[in-house]
Amino acid sequence: MTALLRATGLRKSYATGRAGLFRPSARFNAVDGVTLHIKPGETLGVVGESGCGKSTLSRLVLGLAQADAGEILFDGAPLPRADTDDWRRMRIRMQLVHQNAAGALDPRLPVRAQVEEALRIHKRAPERAARALSDVGLPPAMAARYPHEMSGGQLQRVVIARALALDPDLLVLDEPVSALDVSIQAQIVNLIRDLQAARGLAYLFVSHDVAVVRHVADRIAVMYLGRVVEEGPTAAFRTGALHPYTRALLDAVPVPDPGCRGGAVPRIGDPPNPAAPPPGCRFHPRCPFAVHRCRAEPPVLREFAARHHAACHRIEEIA
Amino acid sequence: MVLSVNDVTVTIDRPRRTAVHPVRGVSLSLKAGETLALVGESGCGKSMTCLALAGLLPNRAAIASGTLVLDGTDLGTLSPRDARDLRRRKMASVFQDATGGLNPVRSIGWQVAQAVRMRGGATRHAAQQEAVRLLGRVGLPDPERRAREFPHQFSGGMNQRAMIALAIAGNPKLLIADEATTALDVTLQAQILELIADLRRALGMGVLFVTHDLGLVAQHADSVAVMYAGRIVERASTDSLFANPRHPYTQGLLAALPDAMGASARLASIDGTVPPIDALPAGCAFAPRCVRASAICTSTVPDTVRGLACHHPGPRVRPAVPAMQKEYS
Amino acid sequence: MRWFAIKSLRAFVTLWLVVTFVFFVLRLSGDPTMILLPDDTDAATRSFYRALWGLDRPIWDQYLRYVAGLMQGDFGISFRNNMDAFQLVRDRVPKTALLGWTALSIALVLGIPLGILAALYRDSWIDRVVMGLAVFGFSMPNFFLGILLILIFSLQLRWLPSSGSDTWWHLIMPAFTLGTGFAAQIARYTRSSMIDVLAKPYMRTARSTGAGPARRVISHALPNAAVPVVTILGFQIGQLLGWAVVTETVFAWPGIGRLLTTAVATRDLAVVQCIMILLAITMIAANMFVDFLYGWLDPRVRVGAGARTA
Repeated sequence: MTALLRATGLRKSYATGRAGLFRPSARFNAVDGVTLHIKPGETLGVVGESGCGKSTLSRLVLGLAQADAGEILFDGAPLPRADTDDWRRMRIRMQLVHQNAAGALDPRLPVRAQVEEALRIHKRAPERAARALSDVGLPPAMAARYPHEMSGGQLQRVVIARALALDPDLLVLDEPVSALDVSIQAQIVNLIRDLQAARGLAYLFVSHDVAVVRHVADRIAVMYLGRVVEEGPTAAFRTGALHPYTRALLDAVPVPDPGCRGGAVPRIGDPPNPAAPPPGCRFHPRCPFAVHRCRAEPPVLREFAARHHAACHRIEEIA
Repeated sequence: MVLSVNDVTVTIDRPRRTAVHPVRGVSLSLKAGETLALVGESGCGKSMTCLALAGLLPNRAAIASGTLVLDGTDLGTLSPRDARDLRRRKMASVFQDATGGLNPVRSIGWQVAQAVRMRGGATRHAAQQEAVRLLGRVGLPDPERRAREFPHQFSGGMNQRAMIALAIAGNPKLLIADEATTALDVTLQAQILELIADLRRALGMGVLFVTHDLGLVAQHADSVAVMYAGRIVERASTDSLFANPRHPYTQGLLAALPDAMGASARLASIDGTVPPIDALPAGCAFAPRCVRASAICTSTVPDTVRGLACHHPGPRVRPAVPAMQKEYS
Repeated sequence: MRWFAIKSLRAFVTLWLVVTFVFFVLRLSGDPTMILLPDDTDAATRSFYRALWGLDRPIWDQYLRYVAGLMQGDFGISFRNNMDAFQLVRDRVPKTALLGWTALSIALVLGIPLGILAALYRDSWIDRVVMGLAVFGFSMPNFFLGILLILIFSLQLRWLPSSGSDTWWHLIMPAFTLGTGFAAQIARYTRSSMIDVLAKPYMRTARSTGAGPARRVISHALPNAAVPVVTILGFQIGQLLGWAVVTETVFAWPGIGRLLTTAVATRDLAVVQCIMILLAITMIAANMFVDFLYGWLDPRVRVGAGARTA
């Protein structure tokens, strides 16, 4: 099957600090050579900690930020430049839901009017708003409410409804449940999965929460300081992760079972400043297996099992 | 007992409106060297409980009733100045936002040294040396140099280590860790919690560990108190709470967690939302969301019997998966 | 050092722009001989004086000569009394400096503690009284306050002299007139910046270590609250000089302000230019000092300490 979205060699850097008169400002590579693809109806989970570039990646995919290098193909065609008509047409097919639902909504309009407005902007029938709101589990009475009259979980449903009303093929979900309490988080996670089952949507699900990503994703890509260090089917992340960073990340997730105490807490030290990543393998200063080669030579993604890739020089030796 | 809290209620006065009670009748006790987790979702009153214990309540909030006994002394019998003195010698707090919790214009070393002087009355020079020692103790590399740096030069994790150093100055008997690792990356969180556990053993502190993360509770607490809408609804040892949760809310919380191994089952969610603090229902506050609620639940607040506040305790029942639209009724 | 070099370069460029601007604007504003010489002066005498003062040359030539003079410390000759303009201005500097410093000290000594007090007792009667006074002090025009003080303390009570600068008694009213407006502004800025700081999480940290209220305010809050106040202070130095002109006139204080008023009225170009340059230098120096203070107070803007080190 052909990919719905295919990104190759994406790079994006930002300036840090001020430039001098004759000295360019230091730049930091938020995303440094990321390649990924998503098939129709599939969920790709992107997981990583702060500064790993996962949010920049989601902005690049949507065309909200312009990549310095690399190529993005959506449904076989290159992503048009941002703010052109072509881009707007394509953006209908790829929608964004992010963490801050309250910030994504206009506090002065009832939520139904906001969904209708989105439809009108893209020349769709505003009558679809009611349907979209009921699809995300909001009763009709709630459609007339203003954002401040709703809870965080309900607001996130509105944002999802607004995105869905346009009938997209791809939804980019950037930390969609991170701001929510556990009991509400479960409601939204269920909703996201039900919608996918009903409509065959593809998701790019970006989160720092390994447990949630593992629950919703078909495939997972693990990012560390701008690079993908491991990528493979979700099942592989339940049984045996390959990369030392992924292992530490999985080991660090607290298991809600007092019987599993005393598991190996990864002692990998504090993360480096993302604005000044180390050379070679970016994980090497924290890696218990690092050797001289890791300090000098950045590893590339290699396939170790079916569709399961990792970027580490020493996987054969440490497995 | 390092800390025993009996039936404490916190009241917030609001101008021209009725007062609200974010903490209602909370009782807790904590032994030296023990970790008690206070767990609940946002707005349940767990942070307000901590602020009340630490004497850091905001202006309009106050402890309206109940007693606080800190290391054998009832704080209610002391003058405000003596109470502040006792708290400063016996307890310390670490909060979520470490970078914001440190003064941006003072060096890390100055801030830790201030805490040392406040708690122990050391000379300036001795306090500085002690600050460097404490910064080394919490795992800051090159503490001598780092002590001269400022919070904006540190990563979030390093700032949280500095906050812990500041907290353990003067060897407190009680450490309150209020969502102390929530803002940190998961790989760092594990290390910070291990540091706190290590200090607890070494200094014999009691740790009141406030969190929303049940995974952390399972890994780090000896006993647990679950809070909902200002009350403690269930209290038990960690082992028994996870093996045999009795309150429907606790059961719901545990069921809502994504399972690491179980593949793609639906998560069990708790319908509805937490009631706002100024519009609590009569009776049990959880009744509107509870699968077992009956008439008595909506009229009478349940008493706490053997650590459980529920009219209908019982083993876990997995509620039937509701249809999507029904999740909001 | 590099920082200082850049700052100095900028200051120099600013100064040059001021000199140029003032030079051309003053020359566009009319012929000085029309004002300085009696109305019935004949054309020949006028052109004699024009030639004497170099006003008959092309304006570019005048400008280059003037700048060349400046480089050698020559600010030109006062048309009015044929004295060295720089000498005239220099004689007045101590008086204005005395007035300015006293006013500034009054402003700081009154404004900062009152602002802190208002912030600490926010919304109480103390806050309302302090802010009421601040609004009063800020909205009261300078000359009006000066005249009011003269009416009360000189004409009615006969406690203080109304004009001149002979004794310390003479300093009191002008300094208060000039200082109250700034005290009011400083009190307001201190209050709002203090309220901001008091709500910061690090103040809770200070409280949790058991620091008492006085220590929390003085050693934890104040260094933070001072940062925005100091920034404002830089802007206010300029304002202070402006208001000094008015105050000096009201109290007949023989400072630069009064010299400027007469020099402007009589088109005494060399004197006006010299004063303008002096004011510009004062402003630039004040702002450099503020920048320096700012870096000293706030390590986040300190050179070389801005970056995260890990």
